[in-house]
Amino acid sequence: MAKQVKIDAKGVHYTPLNQQIRKAIEDGADEIVVDNVLGQRFIGNGLRGNATIRVKGVAGGDLAMFMSGPTVIVDGNAEHAPGNTMDSGKVVIHGSAGDAVAHSMRGGKVFVRGDIGYRGGIHMKQYETQRPILVVGGSAQMFLGEYMAGGLLLVLGLDGAVKAREIGSGIHGGEIVIRGDVDDACLAAGAKKLPLTDEDRARIAPVIREFAADFGLDAEPLVKANYTRIVPASARPFAGKYTWE
Amino acid sequence: MCGIFGVMDKRRQMMDGSGIREALSMMNERGSGEGAGYVAYGIYPDYRDCYALHVFFDKACESKAVVDATLEQWGTIECDEAIPTCDQPNLKANCTPWRYFFRPDASLAPGSASPEKDVVTNLVMQINAGANGAEIVSSGKNVGVFKASGWPEDVADYYRIEDYEGYIWLAHNRYATSNPDLWERPDPFNLHDWSVVENGKTTTYGANRRYVESFGYNCSTGTDSEVIAYLIDLLTRKHGLEIDLAIRALAPSYWDEIDRMPEAEQKLNRALRFAYGSATMNGPFTVVAANPDMMIGFTDRGKLRPMVVGECGDRLYIASEETAIRAMEPCVESITRPAAGEPVIGRVAP
Repeated sequence: MAKQVKIDAKGVHYTPLNQQIRKAIEDGADEIVVDNVLGQRFIGNGLRGNATIRVKGVAGGDLAMFMSGPTVIVDGNAEHAPGNTMDSGKVVIHGSAGDAVAHSMRGGKVFVRGDIGYRGGIHMKQYETQRPILVVGGSAQMFLGEYMAGGLLLVLGLDGAVKAREIGSGIHGGEIVIRGDVDDACLAAGAKKLPLTDEDRARIAPVIREFAADFGLDAEPLVKANYTRIVPASARPFAGKYTWE
Repeated sequence: MCGIFGVMDKRRQMMDGSGIREALSMMNERGSGEGAGYVAYGIYPDYRDCYALHVFFDKACESKAVVDATLEQWGTIECDEAIPTCDQPNLKANCTPWRYFFRPDASLAPGSASPEKDVVTNLVMQINAGANGAEIVSSGKNVGVFKASGWPEDVADYYRIEDYEGYIWLAHNRYATSNPDLWERPDPFNLHDWSVVENGKTTTYGANRRYVESFGYNCSTGTDSEVIAYLIDLLTRKHGLEIDLAIRALAPSYWDEIDRMPEAEQKLNRALRFAYGSATMNGPFTVVAANPDMMIGFTDRGKLRPMVVGECGDRLYIASEETAIRAMEPCVESITRPAAGEPVIGRVAP
């Protein structure tokens, strides 16, 4: 039978709180429910294994940083940089998140039902089978996919128009897929638009279905919707900016 | 880094300082224990018509006579006393906080549209520029700044801010990058009506300072928020700009955004950028400022610092982190993260 552990985070500093979570995982917990979370940082940092951590409240900055394996589910908003340099596993945020979501992420999935702030997916990367995925249900702000080096960044715009501009500033790997049309003026130097091919659609469809299942949405209209795909215009977007040959 | 917090009650319902202390302490990770401060509007109802001057004396026995004499030249001292403090084990007091309730002599600024404020401005510049061991840290009616070098809880307990009630509070948790032991350095910074807290570091400090000093202001502490407070005073009081235009002058749209605006807006925005090029702030910043009638918040155009806005009934909150708002208002009705270039302006009901 699955072993569940409950932790009350009320008034607890993040250091003892994260020690308790780590101890629970060492003791073989499958599910850890952390109640009354109010901004404690670094929850799930560096954790391995396949436990599920349920965060009830507002998760503090750098949620699931360096995490490798577990699933973190947040019933609320998250502050800056959830999924920072995450290696594998999954982060599901039912609210919105702050700036620099999935910062330097190198594997696994970050799903945000609401909006994300500025610089979402900044410097996401990929290597062989490691391919990080960030999906945003609402909108993203400026500098989406800044310096992006790999992975998939999907923005569904479920709650209105996507506000992102300067999309893919310095992108040199990976792909940004946004539901609906994206005005050319919203693309940064170094990024270019491509039509979404049937092959692309087949590749993102399982991601959309998983996202929809996590948040109780109807997947098929989203799978069939019109998308814009944004990719690097070159592998060295700033070749002429910082070097002279 | 730094953590900032502001709360305003639109119907002037009073809040004591305990909730603000708790909210600011939620953001201790954003500070370094080398500076914190609070400012509150509405705390001196018995002296509501006097300018409350909060002064730090290096040595009260030497400097107080100098300040007394200067004040008597510019107006009348209604009352003065030491600001009540309570020693804290982790706080090394290196100055004596004092307060004066002062009536400026308006006839000393003839021809001015706001003579009392001109007198107070001159007074603040004169005392703060001099090597007299005295620094005026706030100078408005019914408002006061309480700040020191230390963690927010220690600074709050030192000044017993739970004993004060205000309808607008700003607070600042400092991550010191220079001069951690000077008590006048941490935000908030105040000049009569306006108080400013900032998270960030403007890269245009030098240009902004030279600009505002060309109008007679004197920047004595070397901090961004001092320059920002003077810029807001200059643009709104002396140049007569509405606050939304003043914010747009300080943090204007990028040229390519202006190019896409309708023609009339293009003209306005171009004119603002040309007229106030030297007042434009660049670099990472979030600013929260207040005067007796409003609280405002705005960020740099690249949004390199966070700003979260909460609303609940008559209360407006602006903070670096959502958790600071929820510490004071657990059931906050709305939480938003305004985009760069979308200033937050909350006004007190008339």
